[in-house]
Amino acid sequence: MKYLYYPGCSLKGTGRAYEESWLEVSKALGVELEEIEDWNCCGSTPYMGVDEVKSLALAGRNFALAERQGGMDIIAPCSACYLSLNKTNHVLNDYPELRAKVDSALGSAGLKYSGRIKVRHPLDVILNDVGVDKVKKLVKKPLGLKLAAYYGCQITRPYSDFDDPVRPVSMDKLMEAAGAKPVPYSMKTKCCGGSITGTVPEAALELACSLLKEAVKRGADAMVTPCPLCQFNLDGYQDRISKKYGKTEMPVLYFTQALGLAFGISPEKLGINRCLASAEKILEISR
Amino acid sequence: MRIEEKVKRESRRDPEFARWVRSVAGGEDIRRCIQCGACSSACQLSSYMDYTPRRIINLAREGFKKEVLGSFTIWLCASCYACRAQCPKEIKITDIMYALKRRAIREGTYPARFPTAVMAKEFANMIFSRGRVTENYLVTMLFLKTNWFKFLGMSRLGLGLLRAGRMSFFPDSVKNRSEIKTILNAVDGK
Ligand code: SF4
Ligand code: SF4
Repeated sequence: MKYLYYPGCSLKGTGRAYEESWLEVSKALGVELEEIEDWNCCGSTPYMGVDEVKSLALAGRNFALAERQGGMDIIAPCSACYLSLNKTNHVLNDYPELRAKVDSALGSAGLKYSGRIKVRHPLDVILNDVGVDKVKKLVKKPLGLKLAAYYGCQITRPYSDFDDPVRPVSMDKLMEAAGAKPVPYSMKTKCCGGSITGTVPEAALELACSLLKEAVKRGADAMVTPCPLCQFNLDGYQDRISKKYGKTEMPVLYFTQALGLAFGISPEKLGINRCLASAEKILEISR
Repeated sequence: MRIEEKVKRESRRDPEFARWVRSVAGGEDIRRCIQCGACSSACQLSSYMDYTPRRIINLAREGFKKEVLGSFTIWLCASCYACRAQCPKEIKITDIMYALKRRAIREGTYPARFPTAVMAKEFANMIFSRGRVTENYLVTMLFLKTNWFKFLGMSRLGLGLLRAGRMSFFPDSVKNRSEIKTILNAVDGK
């Protein structure tokens, strides 16, 4: 199974533990990845609020490069990248006037995009291409943890075709396969406020806080997420949230880190030490 | 207390604005809205908004430009698409919010308390010059320009990130920077 890989800015920056663990896990699963050569920022959430055509053209350049590189399915682990790339495909197909503008901008740099490359999420690929059976076979150290699977907003809607937009189950299934017990977590697709923490912290931190508190209430040992922005928001600001709203201790892992631990991959290789909140607790659990 | 008009008058409408809203990508179906409020109840930010998503949709399609472009709502929208997932009429509410943000930035009518426009511009500048975004650089820029991040105790968080090896010491960049500039300039007709 060979795919093109679009890491995006976060996985090379504050979310590098996601990349580290994803690369380890994909190797174990036999998912072959080829990074898109010289990829650029997808435009993420902010750019659409500044300039529509530029945002689409930025995403479009990545697709054009991907097409040159063979045009296989693109795997985009970051929720914001997954969404903006998918959105670009949809908009280009639904709005011919916008498509014409994007085509001409790309054309000025000698680039071309057909509009046909599929964008996939690791959860989708692992469940539907690799299969749960293979995952189960690879488990060496069943997790035995109670986990709150938190999906966040942008991978499940509005474009995802592999899971339910409000009540997804894919990550719960995977964690179960890894020997963990997913707790019932009703807030699985509630927004963490990540895209407005920088601008409206008083509202965003409260959203993040309610997600953490709900996980505590459900008796989870840790939360798992497939999104670098959610991870950053819940993990990086946990200290701040504890001060403002009362002590909260909740390790927040990438689902790929949890999977890697179950596969018996060392915590160092999975970037577990990069978690800010309760990293010790995670290491203890993972021993 | 100032006495203000609480019910909007027909005469305050700006039909051109209403037409524009219908013309943006995502706005084509706005007239199908039945004002059911499913969007507002799905929206986690609506309790902070001056106009709930349902009201913004109504005001926007009727052409109440000043209220809509001056609202807090569009800057509180976190682009989570929860509203859209629940709308029985499949109205692309999030895309409409995006279009309203773009228009407000273009017209300079955003409320001063939101550094969103500064942040959006910094973000765009960084992409124009480097093609990629390095988060800690972006945050530092914002800090210098707005001092907003003081609220977040950024220095403590910064130290934590540094210790965990999550900071980047050099801003990331694409190799072919001129290609990015060519594409973005082409959009501006340059
Ligand atoms: S959910 Fe849709 S139809 Fe209902 S008020 Fe909101 S936009 Fe209108
Ligand atoms: S996309 Fe914006 S308006 Fe819609 S539910 Fe999310 S925050 Fe609210």
